Amino acid sequence: MEKKTPLVEMKNISIAFGGIHAVEDASLDLHEGEVVALLGHNGAGKSTLIKILSGAYKRDNGKIFVNGEEAQINNPRDAKKYGIETIYQTLALADNVDATANLFLGRELMTPWGTLDDVAMESETRKVMARLNPRFQRFKEPVSRLSGGQRQSVAIARAIYFDARVLIMDEPTAALGPQETAQVSDLVRQLKKDGIGIFLISHDIHDVFDLADRVVVMKNGQVVGTAHTKDVTEDEVLGMIILGKCPPGAIPGPGAIQAAAA
Amino acid sequence: MTDMAIQAAPQGASASATGPVARFLKATELDTRMLGMLGALVVIWIGFHLLSGGLFLTPRNLWNLSVQSASIAVMSTGMVLVIVTRNIDLSVGSLLGFIGMIVGVTQAQYLPELLGFGHPMIWVLALVVGIVVGAIVGGLQGYIIAFLGVPAFIVTLGGLLVWRGAAWWVTSGRTVAPMDPTFRLIGGGPEGAIGATWSWILGIILCLAIIAMLVSGRKQRRKFNFPLRPLWAEGFLGFVGCGLVLGAVAIANSYPWPRGIVRRYAEANNIAIPDGGLFIAHGIAIPVLVAIGVGIVMTFIATRTRFGRYVFAIGGNQEAAELAGINTRWVIMKIFILMGILTAIASAISTARLNAATNAQGTLDELLVIAAAVIGGTSLGGGVGTIAGAMIGAVLMQSLATGMILLGVDTPLQNIVVGLVLVVAVWLDTIYRKRVA
Repeated sequence: MEKKTPLVEMKNISIAFGGIHAVEDASLDLHEGEVVALLGHNGAGKSTLIKILSGAYKRDNGKIFVNGEEAQINNPRDAKKYGIETIYQTLALADNVDATANLFLGRELMTPWGTLDDVAMESETRKVMARLNPRFQRFKEPVSRLSGGQRQSVAIARAIYFDARVLIMDEPTAALGPQETAQVSDLVRQLKKDGIGIFLISHDIHDVFDLADRVVVMKNGQVVGTAHTKDVTEDEVLGMIILGKCPPGAIPGPGAIQAAAA
Repeated sequence: MTDMAIQAAPQGASASATGPVARFLKATELDTRMLGMLGALVVIWIGFHLLSGGLFLTPRNLWNLSVQSASIAVMSTGMVLVIVTRNIDLSVGSLLGFIGMIVGVTQAQYLPELLGFGHPMIWVLALVVGIVVGAIVGGLQGYIIAFLGVPAFIVTLGGLLVWRGAAWWVTSGRTVAPMDPTFRLIGGGPEGAIGATWSWILGIILCLAIIAMLVSGRKQRRKFNFPLRPLWAEGFLGFVGCGLVLGAVAIANSYPWPRGIVRRYAEANNIAIPDGGLFIAHGIAIPVLVAIGVGIVMTFIATRTRFGRYVFAIGGNQEAAELAGINTRWVIMKIFILMGILTAIASAISTARLNAATNAQGTLDELLVIAAAVIGGTSLGGGVGTIAGAMIGAVLMQSLATGMILLGVDTPLQNIVVGLVLVVAVWLDTIYRKRVA
């Protein structure tokens, strides 16, 4: 797998907000059908790094490659053009419109006369929701009235409907109960089988360790290290998150404590 | 499928209660808010009718009411989109005055010198100049709001002073009159109405359009196997819709021209006036037609186009809209361009009706327009509002004003009442939203 061209490669990414280096010289990659967990404390720079990939933030330095070719990602539209879809921690739904309008927001289906084809869009929404959340019936209500799990499935539906090749999930299970969390895990395995590359962002290692092929740990805006989940234990990864200490099974990054790396 | 506010209608509330009213509302998918507002309008009308000793619900008063509401109604359709995106436009009254002066000077001074007095293209060119000025001013304000990040409240508060000053500047405060005879038709009056025959024809066309809309909507739903409205509900909606249209036409057609104008018209056309007097009906006034046309186009824009969808999405969650790949700044700038164009149309109506352009024209209109939109169900919290609601709100505001004039209420007291009504309406709306949510 390592020999193939990665689906996405971010090289030496940096971004600063008013003199604070939120992300510094961070590099990571993702292959087809791979799940990479991006771990770290709150404020470690995980979400910021991933928002650069999804086009929400503009990077100060560094390059992004998609399928080995340099990609110009300056806004969310650019990212979507490369098949990079994101499920944000806040879900980023327009609360006052219904599930259909949210699913197709920015990519509406149009009739031959150039008007919104609401009926066709609702029909498609019913299809995709039947797959994700068969009991979902509230197609006519604004999403603000839906439950947390229902809102989550709308956000997921939006991300996978348009043939995503790279899926970014920012704390996908933070607001969910155990049953819904299990559903999301099943979905991740399913999408992985379909060959989609997935970034899972979490501050809780237990959520993602079993799902992920690799983990990338960040601390203070820098990458501590990268490791295959089979080469390290949960405790070792915890050490990376808390202390920035890179265990023998991991490849150290610029953020690793030098003594530990030696 | 339909309006945003109809989607926001409380279907959850009626889930447990299955009384006849709840079942009726569910079957017809009518918005309870809109019904409430229409109910309030009916109460106000009947109240004024009784208090004024039968002066309010007469063809003459209702016809005048429709003409007087037109200018505010046109602007309120744009204000809905502005407020839905959590912005505000305080400059529309002043801008109306400024555009009125420009349009007035264009047709009373420049164009006659250029084309000759009474040239048939004068009114078209004057209107085009007004619309272009409206679009440019709206675009300028929109650019400052959307791209330079100055709050809309401040930009348009500045605009309120700037454009009023500019209106004065055009002629150093001198009133411009008279307007081009064809241009004056936009303002109404006996000549500025389309007469009985055309009113009936138009009414029937509108009825056919309503029926066609119901039929095609049903066909679409069946095609995709969505739940259908019961047939009786479809029939009811069609019947009430057509009834309202034809009723309005009948009222406009039972308001005759004043006797003096009939006499002049008869002399000019060599018609002998019979003993009982000649009955020539006004029919629907042109400004009302303009307002209805604007309402239909704006409803179409708000509900059936990408732009409209984005406006509501931005109002619900601007960050989410941005992340979904919408160019939110450009959308907001376009809203203000649209608002400027609508202000130009409203300005043409009011200038034509006055047959003059004055630099005080449109003073305080911004407040009436905002009040119409808000009373019509546009939430200042953003994301919710309908064009039709705002237009009904405009009629409601004008009804209050007209009714109080009929009752001989002093102007200061009129202002007090309008102010109180606005506050109470928004308060009721807040209660309604809490109950629904």
